Amino acid sequence: MRSTLPRPPEGNRLPNAIIEATGLHKRYGSVVALAGLDLSVPEGSIFGLLGPNGAGKTTAVSILTTLIPADGGSATVAGADVTKSPDEVRRNIGLSGQYAAVDEQLTGFENLDMVGRLYRLGKQRSRERARELLERFDLVDAGDRPVKTYSGGMRRRLDLAGALVAEPPVLFLDEPTTGLDPRSRTELWSVIRDLVARGATLLLTTQYMEEAEQLADDIMVIDHGREIAHGTADELKLLVGGERISVTVADRDHVGDARRILEGFSVGDVFFDERSAEIVVPISGGAQTLTEALRSLDAGGVAVRDVGLRRPTLDDVFLTLTGHLSEEAADRPTTGGVR
Amino acid sequence: MTRLKYAIEDGIVIAKRNVIKIKRVPEVLMFVLISPIMFVLLFAYIFGSAIDIPGGSYREFLIGGIFAQTVIFGATFTGAGLAEDMQKGIINRFRSLPMSPSAVVVGRTASDVVYNSLTLVIMALTGLLVGWRINTGLGSAIVGFGLLLLFAYAFSWIMAFVGLLVPSVEVINNASFIVIFPLTFIANTFVPTDGFPAALRVFAAWNPVSSLTQAVRESFGNIPPGTPPPTDWPLANPVLYSLIWVGIILVVFVPLSIRQYQRATARG
Repeated sequence: MRSTLPRPPEGNRLPNAIIEATGLHKRYGSVVALAGLDLSVPEGSIFGLLGPNGAGKTTAVSILTTLIPADGGSATVAGADVTKSPDEVRRNIGLSGQYAAVDEQLTGFENLDMVGRLYRLGKQRSRERARELLERFDLVDAGDRPVKTYSGGMRRRLDLAGALVAEPPVLFLDEPTTGLDPRSRTELWSVIRDLVARGATLLLTTQYMEEAEQLADDIMVIDHGREIAHGTADELKLLVGGERISVTVADRDHVGDARRILEGFSVGDVFFDERSAEIVVPISGGAQTLTEALRSLDAGGVAVRDVGLRRPTLDDVFLTLTGHLSEEAADRPTTGGVR
Repeated sequence: MTRLKYAIEDGIVIAKRNVIKIKRVPEVLMFVLISPIMFVLLFAYIFGSAIDIPGGSYREFLIGGIFAQTVIFGATFTGAGLAEDMQKGIINRFRSLPMSPSAVVVGRTASDVVYNSLTLVIMALTGLLVGWRINTGLGSAIVGFGLLLLFAYAFSWIMAFVGLLVPSVEVINNASFIVIFPLTFIANTFVPTDGFPAALRVFAAWNPVSSLTQAVRESFGNIPPGTPPPTDWPLANPVLYSLIWVGIILVVFVPLSIRQYQRATARG
């Protein structure tokens, strides 16, 4: 299923795009990781690349950050071609990956200082920058301790600090909050917002709907190495229709009846989540439709335990577009993922 | 020339990082330093009790061989260190930096010179305790130690290549044992080669470990008086022959290792 959102015609790219990729292809043996990915990120914006595990997100980031060559297609970052001038690209980017790229035995300070030296900032500037970043990422107290004593959240922050040492204009964050607890995640989000407020351009990959919705100006949903939808969070939600009624029946034996009744009100496919026994019905007409639906259920002898009217979430978008749940929803059975 | 300058500067940054790591995990250093002590003592007292060197002392004869063997085994450390680096998260940071592509390997081989120097100091002190002496002057002694370090440096590039080819510390340790053990034993390191079977004797004569050992013995004045001068060309010109090998190894393995590093890091 492809999005039907209006898109700028091919070749008519945004003039101030700082990351630009056309027709990226990559395969590992018989596995196709990227099957012709195009993307364009305007300067000073946050671009969210959203997709499940194995969708090709990390492959795309690795190509754009010069770590691996593409099999086909081309890409420029900050005006430099990733294949022809990888060094120039590297001077303009910071990368923070899925796994903290830090040296366990060095201290936080030594890690950042070393990165500064390798960006050739010079001895003094590297030290100053390391101290600044430790302060900004709330690592001052831990700065002179070996990284192996750090928590997961502290490592991620240090890793992100490492990506910022040379104050690069373009940042790539590959699943920056995967595996973090909710508090560390929220902290990292505020750091990321702050970065962009200072003028950086950011390409962020995530499997978390909420993260893309919270941070990204522009979201591209990819699966199996190709784009399946593209737009702002609101545009993507429009794509899968308006409101939804979610109904939980009191007696599981009535699920079949309830679905039949609710299908009469639906403007799309009705989903049923086995685990939470929740039925999700895309509708139009808002509260009026909700009231009518409840009356019909009552008339049909279906007792309802819980009912709600809500706007679609990105989870709904993902489900509609890919036919499967986001990792986040799959990991979160109790709060009403739909299936 | 800028590229060379960057390669050296970045290599120094990486070498410093490796030296900091030595300080952080002193246990590793301890084992690295204990094994040469053990070697000197074992060979001096166990083999030394049964081996006669005509006209000289086995312990004096022995130390040159132990020096050569130990610095060559030290190269395993380079391979293992790189193999370990390749599996660690920090390599992902290095990959995304505009640093010299050779820095990680250049820095590793350079920091291992520090290890080898420490090892040589410890062995020399142990040697002095068991009766080894430098019977020449300061200049010759410097030539001896310098040649050992140079050869060790070159050899560490071979193991660097192996470490990048097979990034597993266990495999490196086993592989190096299979190669280095015969290389350092089918030589004049521990016993004179006169009694070897013919094929092994020829191998030993042309084995660079033999020429290194011979050069070290000559530099320290540890050749028993009255020993007939060696007839094989490598052993008659041990310093030159050793330097030729140093050159060959560097010319082959420096580009090979750097290319392998780039390949290995481009894989992910």
